[in-house]
Amino acid sequence: MVLNSIEKLLEKYENGETSLKEEQVLKNYFSGDNVAPHLEHYKPMFMYFLGNQQEQFTKTLPLKTKKRFNYRWLSVAAVAVIMLGVYFNQPDDLGTIEDPELAFNEVSKQLAMISNHFNKGTATVGYLDEVNKGASTLNYLNEIENSTSIIFKKDQ
Amino acid sequence: MTQNEFLNIVMPFKDKVFRLAKRLLVSTEEAEDATQEVLLKLWRNKSKIGEYKNVEAFSMTMTKNFCFDKLKSKQAQNLKIVHSNYEEKNTPLQKQVELNDSVSWVERIIEELPEQQRMIIQLRDIEEYDFDEIAKMLDMNNTAVRVALSRARKTIRERLTNTHNYGIK
Repeated sequence: MVLNSIEKLLEKYENGETSLKEEQVLKNYFSGDNVAPHLEHYKPMFMYFLGNQQEQFTKTLPLKTKKRFNYRWLSVAAVAVIMLGVYFNQPDDLGTIEDPELAFNEVSKQLAMISNHFNKGTATVGYLDEVNKGASTLNYLNEIENSTSIIFKKDQ
Repeated sequence: MTQNEFLNIVMPFKDKVFRLAKRLLVSTEEAEDATQEVLLKLWRNKSKIGEYKNVEAFSMTMTKNFCFDKLKSKQAQNLKIVHSNYEEKNTPLQKQVELNDSVSWVERIIEELPEQQRMIIQLRDIEEYDFDEIAKMLDMNNTAVRVALSRARKTIRERLTNTHNYGIK
């Protein structure tokens, strides 16, 4: 009875139709001692399959955790350092003038100085007048335009 | 991902990767190198591990491809695969003993099968994957796997019967 079912299973096995469970049954049968003599030649095959399952990979894996330097954080740190530097290096208090009259004098002196320098600047731009003069002497070009317009009118 | 987390994922199937590599490359040393290479590749891409549906099946496919590349480059160099784990000429006595041992005969027979059948025998009869998984790993369809498996099993049985009946060829 058992033998019958084993034989059937073997046939299915060779056709690749057995399920994993049925294959387990076969493996169990052939790893046992009472294998039918006419099926004896199957035994080494199943023994080999079972034996081969035990083989292990014993080499160690050199898993290196390479820590790559992160440049993004470097830039963040740099910005922080710069900000701190700016913060701590702010110029000291320049002081205030308490007396209003003195303050007024001081301010008008400063303003006078600014306007002085400003005038100096505008004076150097004065030569732009020359350009205007030149342009006005070019007015005679209008005359040409007048004559050309007459010609064109004639053409039309 | 830390080393430990990675090892927890990889440990359950590292032996299977190794055995598949050995089935294809035959030599133990080469299989060890291949396994190491495959696992290191996984480690290098560990950030992507979450995206794989089935890390184990993915690794088996990787192993298959890696070993095929190895075999191909060997053929290109016109070199024979060196079976460094068995010396044929130096130990005739040991060989004799081995040949008498029918279990090692099975190994010899499987070595002679085409690569695809070897892999399928390995994945099905030794690692006990179901057909769908094997089909996915090898990028084949289900029926093709069954057909190849059936062929391989028949070949093994026939050769075993021959040696059983007539002794060693």
